[in-house]
Amino acid sequence: MSKKHISTVINGDAMEFLASPEQSLLDILRDELELTGSKEGCGTGDCGACSIMLDGRLVCSCLVLGVEADGKNIDTIEGMGNGSDMHPLQKKFLEHAALQCGICTPGILIAAKALLEKKPDPTEEEVRYWLAGNLCRCTGYDKIVRAVLDTAADMRAA
Amino acid sequence: MNDMTQTNLQKDLKIVGTRPLRPDGADKVTGRALFGADKSLPNMLVGRVLRSPHAHAKIISIDTKAAEALPGVKAVITSKDFQDLPSEFVPAGEMMVNFKDMTRNIMAREKVLYEGHTVAAVAAINDAIAEEAMALIKVEYELLPHVMDVEEAEKPNAPLLHDDMITIGVEPAPKKPSNVAKRVEFGFGDLDKGFKEADLIIEKKFSTQPVHQGYIEPHACLASVSEDGQGELWVTTQGPFVVRNFCSKILGMSTSQIRVTASEIGGGFGGKTVIYLEPLALALSRKACRPVKMVMSRQEVLMASGPTSGAKIWVKIGVKKDGRITAGDAVLKFQAGAFQGSPIGPGAMCAFAPYEMTNVRVVGYDIVVNRPKVAAYRAPGGPISEYAVESVMDEIAQKLNLDPLELRLKNAAKEGTQAPYGPKLGPIGMIETLEAAKAHPHYSAPLGPNQGRGVASGFWFNIGGETCTSININEDGTVGLTLGTPDIGGSRASMAMMAAEELGVPMSTIRPIIGDTSSLGFNFLTGGSRVTFSSGMAVVESVREIIVELRKRAAQLWDVSIEKVEWVSGHARLVGSENPKSLSLRELAEAAGKTGGPIVGGASINATGAGPSLATHIVDVEVDPETGRTTVLRYTAIQDAGKAIHPSYVEGQMQGGAVQGIGWALNEEYVYDDNGKLLNPGFLDYRVPVCSDVPMIDTVIVEVPNPKHPYGVRGVGETPIVPPLAAVSNAVSRATNIRFNELPLSPPRVLAAIESR
Ligand code: FES
Ligand code: FES
Repeated sequence: MSKKHISTVINGDAMEFLASPEQSLLDILRDELELTGSKEGCGTGDCGACSIMLDGRLVCSCLVLGVEADGKNIDTIEGMGNGSDMHPLQKKFLEHAALQCGICTPGILIAAKALLEKKPDPTEEEVRYWLAGNLCRCTGYDKIVRAVLDTAADMRAA
Repeated sequence: MNDMTQTNLQKDLKIVGTRPLRPDGADKVTGRALFGADKSLPNMLVGRVLRSPHAHAKIISIDTKAAEALPGVKAVITSKDFQDLPSEFVPAGEMMVNFKDMTRNIMAREKVLYEGHTVAAVAAINDAIAEEAMALIKVEYELLPHVMDVEEAEKPNAPLLHDDMITIGVEPAPKKPSNVAKRVEFGFGDLDKGFKEADLIIEKKFSTQPVHQGYIEPHACLASVSEDGQGELWVTTQGPFVVRNFCSKILGMSTSQIRVTASEIGGGFGGKTVIYLEPLALALSRKACRPVKMVMSRQEVLMASGPTSGAKIWVKIGVKKDGRITAGDAVLKFQAGAFQGSPIGPGAMCAFAPYEMTNVRVVGYDIVVNRPKVAAYRAPGGPISEYAVESVMDEIAQKLNLDPLELRLKNAAKEGTQAPYGPKLGPIGMIETLEAAKAHPHYSAPLGPNQGRGVASGFWFNIGGETCTSININEDGTVGLTLGTPDIGGSRASMAMMAAEELGVPMSTIRPIIGDTSSLGFNFLTGGSRVTFSSGMAVVESVREIIVELRKRAAQLWDVSIEKVEWVSGHARLVGSENPKSLSLRELAEAAGKTGGPIVGGASINATGAGPSLATHIVDVEVDPETGRTTVLRYTAIQDAGKAIHPSYVEGQMQGGAVQGIGWALNEEYVYDDNGKLLNPGFLDYRVPVCSDVPMIDTVIVEVPNPKHPYGVRGVGETPIVPPLAAVSNAVSRATNIRFNELPLSPPRVLAAIESR
């Protein structure tokens, strides 16, 4: 089947690619655009390792088709910092040792950032339910939740 | 050399025991870090695996002609592309592997033995063509009856998986083959006498389900074999050297022909100590003369890799009225999966290991069934056998009206106790973790209706093993540290910390990397909680060696003998002088050209003396009587780390292991249909704990130093998954007033028990 020409803005830069109709946006990001920060843990929307922002909405990029991204804005882990420094969440994750192997980390950071943009003052329970779609098998979630709550507190104070 | 004095146990530590940022941290929070599936090469092909749809069948024929003829297909392989190998056992982590089985597990030969068993593999220019090619491969099967359960499999008329399997460990050897691969037995004393002395005897059967390690990163690798036979393998693994050796054996290549580079690893928990895709990718690449990348889907991971054994366990314990154990007896039957090699040995050794036993016996059976071959999973075997013993201990406490921690204290193993598997134990922290649990506010907090509190302890040995590291003093006095054990949860940080502490320099001047298999001598894999212990010992030894070299260089510059030079806080200093001359690491590095060239060093050890790590966990649950659903309300994990080099990562191990154990206890299980086909090969239905399932996991690190390690390290990664199964089950039992003896405690099971109460 013939490929479709797709125009997007990824992490602020205009990017074009050719997508075959069945290719997921995650495959496009990883295999065509070499943005391998988004991970594939399942390919079925169950692990959240592929989380990205699509026009400001948190989605599993494994469940979005590449062709659906036409004309859309995409934000991935590669664009999370501001170009010269890391996002406060990234720093807090390091400070709190909120990662062990780190495979879930990009997806969790993207999801956590989306939460704090919506809700700068989340409760522990809200953080836990918001992140329920992001599996982490290493940490038991404790340090992740603490890092998110601590970032939220810092960002509110700033 | 393996005789490191404890010079650092007492001294003031500047870096060890603090919580610096990890050296690989920035890469991991920005998406830069490259994991198994993240690397590509020019001219690369994709490799895919054709898997058996049947649980048990004879392979009559495989016809790959049509697939090979498909444009875009560059190589197709079947068992014909691999030499057969004789039966030969080699250690892998805490388990043994057999090459005859290994070559059959990576590619089925005479039979397929489980759904998902590999029968062929294809390399093509893209995924779609590889997929099409697989559909063109014709495999003719003759279906055979299958068996999934150990008690069915050991029956004399059960379908036989291997018609030459004679049980090992039985005297005289059985004449007939069976599915029982091995029998083990540990123990001592007089059981009859022990049970006669008992005032109370409890005897019970338990069952646990196989559970998957559940690493979020699927198996992945990228192989490239060139026309001259030189191979490169990029792979997510706990043991690049072990992968190299396994692959070279299976492919008939020499060790130096395969250079393995470990990618960043997205979780392993024991499951990435064996090989699946690696020899296939190398074989496809060798055939196609192009790089081949292979990545498993989640479905393939669950169908064909891991898990740990499901088991049937029988336990009998006798106690005096005061709670003192008089005898303990257990029989364990572990699923091995399609090939022998369940963790029955360690499972049997651990069963009663937290306790001082006078009369004890544990018999274990390793039994093959038509399921994927089990792989190591965090303290392999320990959680299963100790779950059963710790459940009986809780029932004893209830029956005798004793506090469950007091009951354990009364029987706790300590330094000098003879372990049920033979040796006398060195210093261990069983009593210390129990005392810490008793003193913890969690233990005395009030409980509400439908709530229960469970406790359980856990024992795991930990291992040492072959390890080597190298160290270079760079031209500006900073330090390069090359390690051979993949960093699965922050070990680069703890290695750099120990090196910095020894050398007396800031940790930021040390850059630790994981070397490939051509840059270092053999390193055994990351497993058995051995990295901080063994690689830590090798790092400390390398640094001590390089300090001698640095003193020599300074002595040369000052024209004195080396005895006149001491090493203090990262500087060489002239001994004894009033106004001591001193040279910094930087000055010594800059002068290296004049004193004999680059300053390098390294150490090679076979580490022994790993110390067992003990833990006690406390958990509160609430069971909803309407639905049978269990909610974990509060959790406290207490563990003896020996010494926590980086306490945050020790806590992380404790928290992660506890939550994996909660999943094992409450949710995780494989569901097979009557044909032996897996019905839940995905994270939606094979449900590992999610963030909203669990509370914060409080941790208490106890430190009873291991005298064999320069900083007292024991190894902490595995023990945390041992106590939770029984702790959770005991909590649910106390909340409902029903003794449970089957896992997982899923809502339907708990509800059924409540309704028939
Ligand atoms: S890879 Fe998209 S949710 Fe798992
Ligand atoms: S840190 Fe390994 S899965 Fe989250």
